[in-house]
Amino acid sequence: MGEREKVKLLGVWYSPYAIRPMIALHLKSVEYDYVEEDLFGSKSELLLKSNPVHKKVPVLIHNTKPVCESLNIVEYIDETWNSSGQSILPSHPHDRALARFWSAFVDNKWFPALKLATITKSEDAKAKAMEEVEEGLLQLEDAFVSISKGKPFFGGEAIGFMDICLGSFLVLLKAMEELKGEKLFDESKTPSLCKWASEFFSDETVKNVVPEIKKVAEFLRELEVRAQSAASRS
Amino acid sequence: MSSGEVKLIGAWASPFVMRPRVALNLKSVPYEFLQETFGSKSELLLKSNPVHKKIPVLLHADKPVCESNIIVEYIDETWSSSGPSILPSHPYDRAMARFWAAYIDEKWFVALRNFLKAEGEEDKKAVIAQMEEGNALLEKAFIDCSKGKPFFNGDNIGYLDISLGSFLAWLRVTELAASHKLLDEAKTPSLCKWAELFCNDPAVKPVMPETAKLAEFAKKIFAKPQA
Repeated sequence: MGEREKVKLLGVWYSPYAIRPMIALHLKSVEYDYVEEDLFGSKSELLLKSNPVHKKVPVLIHNTKPVCESLNIVEYIDETWNSSGQSILPSHPHDRALARFWSAFVDNKWFPALKLATITKSEDAKAKAMEEVEEGLLQLEDAFVSISKGKPFFGGEAIGFMDICLGSFLVLLKAMEELKGEKLFDESKTPSLCKWASEFFSDETVKNVVPEIKKVAEFLRELEVRAQSAASRS
Repeated sequence: MSSGEVKLIGAWASPFVMRPRVALNLKSVPYEFLQETFGSKSELLLKSNPVHKKIPVLLHADKPVCESNIIVEYIDETWSSSGPSILPSHPYDRAMARFWAAYIDEKWFVALRNFLKAEGEEDKKAVIAQMEEGNALLEKAFIDCSKGKPFFNGDNIGYLDISLGSFLAWLRVTELAASHKLLDEAKTPSLCKWAELFCNDPAVKPVMPETAKLAEFAKKIFAKPQA
């Protein structure tokens, strides 16, 4: 690419969405400045200016041009630094379509169900949402087996787009498991996904990027305390 | 390069189905259109899209591809040497196109759909305000993306044109039902001009539902059941 590129990433350390572009940048050995946003304080000028539509992290700023939405950013990184490191998206159009399909499934169906199950006060709604989460895990298990074709990752021998998409949630999920004492990934129901999760955590790039499970669990505990004290005050 | 039969499972009235149809037209790819009957889902659909059970589904040599925008990208990549490029070539422009396409589906269209369902003046007013805010954003996005050319994608229609343009027939039906112009020439002049050009594009004309026919259909599906 020649000249020194200026790359900035706005994120928050505990966000699965922010972890995604971080992994991608590391895979491509791209140097970048990381700016931690304080979502409990007020959003920075730079964030509001760079993502005026959604005002959310992550935002990648490449030579002053902002790119928003985590998976969008990952594709942008893959396309821009395409001669560096491994390919993140698969090469065959049908495999690419599958990677995009399943990542849309994770973001638009599976994780929202999990989020709802976690925050809802209604037992009924929680049960219904958890059913959806469990069904989703079985579907993801099947998808993994069919897509990986015996290799360790959705992306094959190395982590790829779908690994980054689902893997970015793993630390949060493990932290939630620790907090609630409830196992989400069941080895008897989704053995391949469990194996994949452990491979994902062992990946050199991932190890250097994802936050510690203990730290996230502590943070979630703090969030719950804050929410409870706010509720008792109202 | 890409041999194998192409089939598209869909329905004439669906804006999401219209997207891959325009894309296939742009690439001059012949295909068999398998129309679903409103109210029921075929075995083939359930087998091809077991996760969402929704149209459109593209079947290429019997391999299914689901989700309208994903299908459009698939078509662009598979028949890359045929016809114009549907996605822009520069990564930044591609990121912009994908960003706005997601915005259109997740925010803008939701507002449009809410309008059709809205009851009472207060509700309607709130949704109109939402739509106008969205339109203003899209007007600016158009100016940024088109850089003076007729379409979001430049000289030819592309991904983002297809993404927004596929809703134009439903937008017109909604305007008729509300007796209210949702795309206003005074507020969004560029979008209005673009809309007309889009609708007249040869890849679009054959698959854009007729407003009158769609309005009839809308009446049917949104009819309140008899008490």
